Amino acid sequence: MEGDIAQMGAFIGAGLASVGMGGAAVGVGNVVGNFLSGALRNPSAAGAQTATMFIGIAFAEALGIFSFLVALLLMFAV
Amino acid sequence: MADDAQGAAGAADHAAEGGLVFHPMDQFLVKPLFGEGAVAWYTPTNVTLWMALTVLAIFALLVLGSARRAIVPSRGQSIAELAYGFIYKMVEDVTGSDGVKYFPYVMTIFMFIVVSNFLGLLPTAFTTTSHLAVTVVLALLVFVSVTVIGFVKHGAGFLGLFWVSAAPLPLRPILALIEVISYFVRPVSHSIRLMGNMMAGHAVIKVFAAFAPLILISGMGILVTPLSILAITAMYALETLVAFIQAYVFTILTCVYLKDALHPSH
Repeated sequence: MEGDIAQMGAFIGAGLASVGMGGAAVGVGNVVGNFLSGALRNPSAAGAQTATMFIGIAFAEALGIFSFLVALLLMFAV
Repeated sequence: MADDAQGAAGAADHAAEGGLVFHPMDQFLVKPLFGEGAVAWYTPTNVTLWMALTVLAIFALLVLGSARRAIVPSRGQSIAELAYGFIYKMVEDVTGSDGVKYFPYVMTIFMFIVVSNFLGLLPTAFTTTSHLAVTVVLALLVFVSVTVIGFVKHGAGFLGLFWVSAAPLPLRPILALIEVISYFVRPVSHSIRLMGNMMAGHAVIKVFAAFAPLILISGMGILVTPLSILAITAMYALETLVAFIQAYVFTILTCVYLKDALHPSH
């Protein structure tokens, strides 16, 4: 019974951790949106900065990935 | 592997209850290639098969595709040349001219990831990069080799990477702590990013695929089946994009880490 309650807590926690994905979505949207608004002002300089945009996306996404990691740990490791 | 067994048992339960006929995570099960039984380290599994196919496909594309060295390239040859030029330019742009000698390693990583991602998109295929064990090995190799390169090139000067000399002096120890943490978190995010993206997309496709045969059992299927087939098509297109972008992101992060090792000053 106590194990069941603990498992329930772990699953609820895993579900709550997936809220972090929303933060990653906001971050990635912010990066790409700002890249686009800059690129439309000066399209000739945009091509050279695409790699920088992807690095920015990757860093913004990393924090969403940590919430995924927390969910995985709660479900399979705790 | 206990999770995998649990997943298979869960799938059987679902089928018995008339729910999903297969579990969306079933596609990630590691199974022996011949017969049933436990998986030891030497057992040929479906992972072995698809990794071997990945290597064969890379060989066919890069070695056989460019073997003729035609002036007017064939389709295979132009893909091989495009991939080579693309990665070469990336390494040169990000790490500078002294990073070019690590180009073969970066090219190997990119080709392995991109080809196994694309092979995993084939129906009934197995996506090797959706397993944490595979991506962690790739990411740890990058992490360890980049750290070793940094210390070999700069000795103790490599630690300047953590000492932000642009910041005010009282702030530097705190920043150093943050920099050290973010340095050691690199292999974690590096590997889980690739694995999570590949696994999640394929699982979503399988979830929609489970709704598709509803037309055979219930009248609601007239509405649900076309919608889910449409959703599978859209997700598949997105996954094709993601398969390339994640390989690109993995490679460019490798280049960024390499740049930090070659030029550690902040």
